[in-house]
Amino acid sequence: MRPDRKRQLITAALVAPAGLWLFVFLVLPFMAMVVFSFGERAPEGGYQAAFTFAQFANLPSRAAAFWNTLMIAPVGAFLCLIVAYPVAYYLAIKSNPKYRLVLVSLVVVPFWTSLLVRTYAWMYILGSRGIPNLLGMIGIEDVRLLNTPGAVLLGIVYGYLPLMIMPIYVSLEKLDRRLLEASADLGAKPVSTFFGITLPLSLPGVMTGVALVTILLLGEYLIPQLLGGGKVFFIGNALVDLFLQSRNWPFGSAIAVTLVVVVVIVLSVAMRIAWKVSGSRQVDLV
Amino acid sequence: MRALVTFVYLFLYAPIALVVLFSFNAGRSASEFTGFSTMWYGKALGNTFLITALQNSLMIAFTSAVLASVFGTMAALGMQRLSSRGRAIFDGLFAAAIVVPGVVIGIATLVALVEVFSFLNPTLAAIWPGDKPPQLGLGYGSIIAAHGLFSLALVTMIVKARIASLGRDIVEASSDLYATPFTTFRQIVLPQILPSVLAGFLLAFTFSFDDFIVAFFVAGSKTTLPIYVFASIRRGVTPEINAIATMVLVASLFMILIARVLMRDKTIKAGE
Repeated sequence: MRPDRKRQLITAALVAPAGLWLFVFLVLPFMAMVVFSFGERAPEGGYQAAFTFAQFANLPSRAAAFWNTLMIAPVGAFLCLIVAYPVAYYLAIKSNPKYRLVLVSLVVVPFWTSLLVRTYAWMYILGSRGIPNLLGMIGIEDVRLLNTPGAVLLGIVYGYLPLMIMPIYVSLEKLDRRLLEASADLGAKPVSTFFGITLPLSLPGVMTGVALVTILLLGEYLIPQLLGGGKVFFIGNALVDLFLQSRNWPFGSAIAVTLVVVVVIVLSVAMRIAWKVSGSRQVDLV
Repeated sequence: MRALVTFVYLFLYAPIALVVLFSFNAGRSASEFTGFSTMWYGKALGNTFLITALQNSLMIAFTSAVLASVFGTMAALGMQRLSSRGRAIFDGLFAAAIVVPGVVIGIATLVALVEVFSFLNPTLAAIWPGDKPPQLGLGYGSIIAAHGLFSLALVTMIVKARIASLGRDIVEASSDLYATPFTTFRQIVLPQILPSVLAGFLLAFTFSFDDFIVAFFVAGSKTTLPIYVFASIRRGVTPEINAIATMVLVASLFMILIARVLMRDKTIKAGE
């Protein structure tokens, strides 16, 4: 066997299992979902072959879910950013390098622990036996915190804060400290150094964080389900309802396909802005 | 600034601490600590539904993480040998596997598998020699497949980053010293990427073990631990859930800390 032929065979053997997995469990299912979205609901639930745009025409009937998601996700991401930026700034620039690794780990660790458990914690705190109960003891009765948009936003900030802090921290950590010194030496006040140098140079991290959090929030289910209690519902909640309760698979598929389109639009806009602010096409996504 | 940062750390950890604290509560209250007790742990561990769900979750997480680690490492090694077009296709598919929301991955897998089963099961029944043809359905396999998809992308990304940070020079030095490509791989490349493979395995395991939404769609009649916890939460908040939650937290904490130690001082972003 010729050496380059052998090399090609080895390469093919190395990537074949992953390629097959991606094809069978990502590409094919996605195509099936697109096919379903043009079908009809079978009388007993599920899918029946057809070619109709009825499912997409019916999308406005779930406008509330889209509206909630598209309003709350960016607001949630923005609130995350407001809380995350000072923390990232402190970790990257102000903190003692000796403790930096530990402090950064303490931010990362919650992200890799169960979102279900972390959301449950807030159900516990905001629920009737939590804060409202404590408020009742000091005479403030009938405070309802759970199942409000505020509770959902709180859950979002809590759940996604680590994911927002990390990219901002990474971009601030790469920042050349000599620029800050030069700025101070030239007589700039700390505030103008921050707005003139630090903030612009950390924008790629900010963009990555906002894009990541927004995209994950677009598909969120648990937080609105547990903290919004059916009153504040996202696209994800509509999808669970359509697939697992009312079994209207074609309509659910149409919503899922639309959700992917929204994700792709958000992602490409974010990447375009990130490319503009950083001058490079490279965006670290995770 | 320090005060603000301290407050954020409190915000991150106080709710978790509260869940842990009340898992040791002797009473049922979520706001009144009436005495220390481990009775809820005993109750949780005596719950056969919970133990079954835990066993399912461990098995699914282990299998999907092993498959993802092996195939992901192979893909990371193979991708650098591909043409730039082939590499771009793989990069795009892996990015899609990470960016597409879990709820969509769950749905897509569900509709595709149900279609495939509705075609395969009658066919199988027709050609099956015995009386009882096997019925294919949703279950362990479909959860492993759907979790493996994300995990595969995760492991590939982590290992690829590690390979990219390896110097080409030691590989070249090895072949200059007449090592065969396989010897170079075994003695030079593998030992250097192994920590990142292990870190990828642990993160993949943690992801699968904690995932609710993907499994919710493709689990069929099977129950994983997050599905069980979710169902219990809907029935009402009890200290028993706190005890389960605490055990889940400790398990993932353990995994992620090992993963971070393995990835320390590496130029990898994924676990950060």
